[in-house]
Amino acid sequence: MHEQAHNTLETVVRNSRAKLVAFLAVGSGDLAAAEDALSEAFASALSNWPQDGCPQNPEAWLLTVARRKLIDAVRRQREIPSSEELEELEGAMEADAENGFPDQRLALLFACAHPAIDPVVRAPLMLQAVLGLDATQIANAFLVSPAAMAQRLVRAKIKIRDARIPFRVPERAELPERLDAVLNAIYACYAEGWADAAGADPVRMELATEAIFMGRLLVELIPEEPEAWGLLALMLFAEARRPARRDARGEFVSLMQQDHRLWDRQMIAEAEAALSRASGAGMIGRFQLEAAIQSAHTDGLQRGGVDWSAVVRLYDALVQLTGSPVAEINRAMALAELEGPRAGLYALEWVRTDKRVNGYQPYWAVRASLLARAGKNEQARQAYEIAIGLESDPAVRRYLQHLCGELPE
Amino acid sequence: MQYLLTLYSDETGWNKMTPEQQKQGYAAYMSYTEALKSAGAYVGSNRLRPTATATTLRTTNGKTQVLDGPYADSKEQLGGYFLIDVPDLDAAISWAGRCPGVQHGIVEVRAIWGM
Repeated sequence: MHEQAHNTLETVVRNSRAKLVAFLAVGSGDLAAAEDALSEAFASALSNWPQDGCPQNPEAWLLTVARRKLIDAVRRQREIPSSEELEELEGAMEADAENGFPDQRLALLFACAHPAIDPVVRAPLMLQAVLGLDATQIANAFLVSPAAMAQRLVRAKIKIRDARIPFRVPERAELPERLDAVLNAIYACYAEGWADAAGADPVRMELATEAIFMGRLLVELIPEEPEAWGLLALMLFAEARRPARRDARGEFVSLMQQDHRLWDRQMIAEAEAALSRASGAGMIGRFQLEAAIQSAHTDGLQRGGVDWSAVVRLYDALVQLTGSPVAEINRAMALAELEGPRAGLYALEWVRTDKRVNGYQPYWAVRASLLARAGKNEQARQAYEIAIGLESDPAVRRYLQHLCGELPE
Repeated sequence: MQYLLTLYSDETGWNKMTPEQQKQGYAAYMSYTEALKSAGAYVGSNRLRPTATATTLRTTNGKTQVLDGPYADSKEQLGGYFLIDVPDLDAAISWAGRCPGVQHGIVEVRAIWGM
């Protein structure tokens, strides 16, 4: 019995947590209080269910208990509680709960990525609100101290409550910009998880999986937004290649050298489906372009030849859309495949006018590789040295050292 | 919920304007105030005299000192405020964005501590 109650609770926590938090937060405007109330309800369930048996509708049970705790908390917290406000809150939540409560997860995501919230805390806030990760887990994933992360999260939640950041889906006119913030926060989670290529750190590995979970949730909630599909496709393409990014000894394997039999075919198929769903809308965007570039690589490498002119065209569009120096560096790499290393180097000269690239490892690694291919070994060696100095991942560092060592004297 | 919109700008800017520009600037604030009033969002507003009129008080070692000048010496000075009553931060931000002060300075949005 105990086991069963525990398993039921775990399933509810996993599947319904976000929905319950969202509903409680929308009602009260207080994310921290909503989360606390729900944790208390989970604790009550853990002590009650093994004795009394699992309730017929566990979600409704938890919601009723959490709602009661939340209203008590709001009552305690306000110095002079306005009874009108409380009655309103009670009434609204009661009515919703009886009609099968509405799904407010989208409103929750938009509140977490609100422009009035510090951009660095948006992704952590989502991970906590939607997935229930604690501050220490999130801190480990983002490589900051748990105390600092806890403080950022607390500060953001106080702002949501006291400045009254609304939990609502933005109107049509402001939706694109606001959606961008949500997409960027989810992508930031994924990028953090991706940085741990070997999957050695279980928390960071989980972060990539959780980002994909949120990406799936987003397309479920707003299937009409092509960029949401584009983001999901991009993350799935990258994730599908994870098993091939390191060899058996843990050494870095570049994309061109990867054994594509190790790629996850099912995930690639899902990514392709998401991408074609996105392009059906006929509205191009950054994530769709990046996913299309991934698709061209994945498809080409499986067939034995990448269509580099298509890849360059996609990068052209991405550069035009974002003006990102990172996109320009990648474009130079693709251009070199199409027209030779000198064309790539020439394109890189333009990127260099942006001073930020001086501290960006991929710029120097790409430059080194193109210089080597153009036969300028001494300059290539210098560029590799800088790239090695900028890299923090030991496996990538060893790979760059290996390439540098292979340059002819 | 009430929000205070505080307006910061370079206070020397006003005197550099032509009388015609000053008239236009004044009219813009009048229209903004009217718009707030007709939306039922207006609570109050005021324009402050320049920081040359400011006096600052602070206590050091238990002794309160009175000093000539504003609290913070910066490029932009506090020049006025609007107190508005709107449902949430999005509504406050949307009003702040329409404030003429945004065109020539900075507008800070702060929630009023509700009781």
